[in-house]
Amino acid sequence: MSLLSNTATLLGKELRTEFRSRELLTTTVVFILVVLILFSFAISPTAEESREFGPGLLWLAILFAASLMLQPCFLREQSNDTLSSLRLAVDDPFAIFLAKLVANTLFLLLTEILMLPLFAVFYNIPILPQLRYLLLVLLLGSLGISIAGTALSAISAQARMRELLLPLLLLPLLTPILVVSATVSVSLLEREPVVLWKGIGFLAIFDLVFLTALWLFGEYLLEE
Amino acid sequence: MPRITGVTRKNPVPPTSTLSPTGLLFENVDKRFGGLFALRRVSLEIAPGECVVLAGRNGSGKTTLLRVAARIVRPTVGKLSFPGASSESAGNGRPGYVAHTTMVYDELSAEENLILFAKLQGVSQPAARAEELLREVGLYERRNSLVRTFSRGMRQRIAIARALVHRPSVLLFDEPATGLDPLGISWLAKSLGEVNRSGCTVVMSLHGESEISALATRAVQLDAGSIVADTKSGASLHSILTFGGS
Repeated sequence: MSLLSNTATLLGKELRTEFRSRELLTTTVVFILVVLILFSFAISPTAEESREFGPGLLWLAILFAASLMLQPCFLREQSNDTLSSLRLAVDDPFAIFLAKLVANTLFLLLTEILMLPLFAVFYNIPILPQLRYLLLVLLLGSLGISIAGTALSAISAQARMRELLLPLLLLPLLTPILVVSATVSVSLLEREPVVLWKGIGFLAIFDLVFLTALWLFGEYLLEE
Repeated sequence: MPRITGVTRKNPVPPTSTLSPTGLLFENVDKRFGGLFALRRVSLEIAPGECVVLAGRNGSGKTTLLRVAARIVRPTVGKLSFPGASSESAGNGRPGYVAHTTMVYDELSAEENLILFAKLQGVSQPAARAEELLREVGLYERRNSLVRTFSRGMRQRIAIARALVHRPSVLLFDEPATGLDPLGISWLAKSLGEVNRSGCTVVMSLHGESEISALATRAVQLDAGSIVADTKSGASLHSILTFGGS
């Protein structure tokens, strides 16, 4: 059984269980919405301030929401020891990671796409002219968050203080992604937009490096 | 009474492979969790088609031995092999494992769970295989119900069906009677007997004597992670099983 067909089967399972329970999506959407609304009312930014701080706030909200979303990723495999049955069933454990990180990226992207119009309205920032570049940054940033987060979720699920451990490990590790994604987003939403290709390249390389590391060492993260 | 025929030739679904008799061979296996030895120098050869009971007190290493055999846990030292396993077999010699927990998803239906695990293990016609197993374990009428709505006995049945979905030649059971009522235990004993007679090697951990332990062709006793008695070395089945339950 090939890696890709196992990944597709497991991805189907992830999507089915999530769309049946809607636990992760509901939590994430509500969290990002609350953060965006709270900051919008607390700061009441001017148009210029919105352009400067808005993207940073958006990425902070995405990062915190992602840490909420990633926590149950492996944790919910523990109640019935389903992780063991998956490991027993698949030839390559990377399929388990790949399915989970693709599912997490899709959930995160779906949330972001739902939130973007609200972000534009609350912060009075026109996003349509640069939408395609913005979506590219969101895709690469979300993928990076999901790759690193899925790996750390596997580690933290087996630890004693698991609820505390994931954010503790995740937030420092994702600081580069957060900084670069926010910087690229700010430049895209300037009055005279600039596409920072170096930043986009950094995000792509970050994703590639972490994905390779996960492929090489992921098996050990699932061991008891 | 529904019957399990994990590897029988009567299946309406064409088998994905022919069963090759497979045994188990543990060679000097150690398993440490931190500083704690769960298994110490375990050497055990189980012949194809044997039905072996692992007995021993709580914490003696029975579950760890089964998890090593299932290749869920990697031995710290030593080697595990499956003599006679055919690399072309449906599960590549992958054993079927029934643990304390169901190892299936509560949020999926019984049928969805079986199809999922059949697909992952390369079973041809996964839907047909799932249907066949659901009929055999007596859950066909509840095939579309979510597993979380099942009773303990029904959950045990779906767990057994999952373990058999790829027609394994080695079946590992960790205290299979847990949570089953007397009728369920009789059903399990009969079904396990059929699976074993069809050529499948069965290894199970048990406490005390029961209808299920009557199937055993051999018993091995563990204590503090080591094998301390084996009917193959002359110990009596009764003494091992009763000690295990003490």
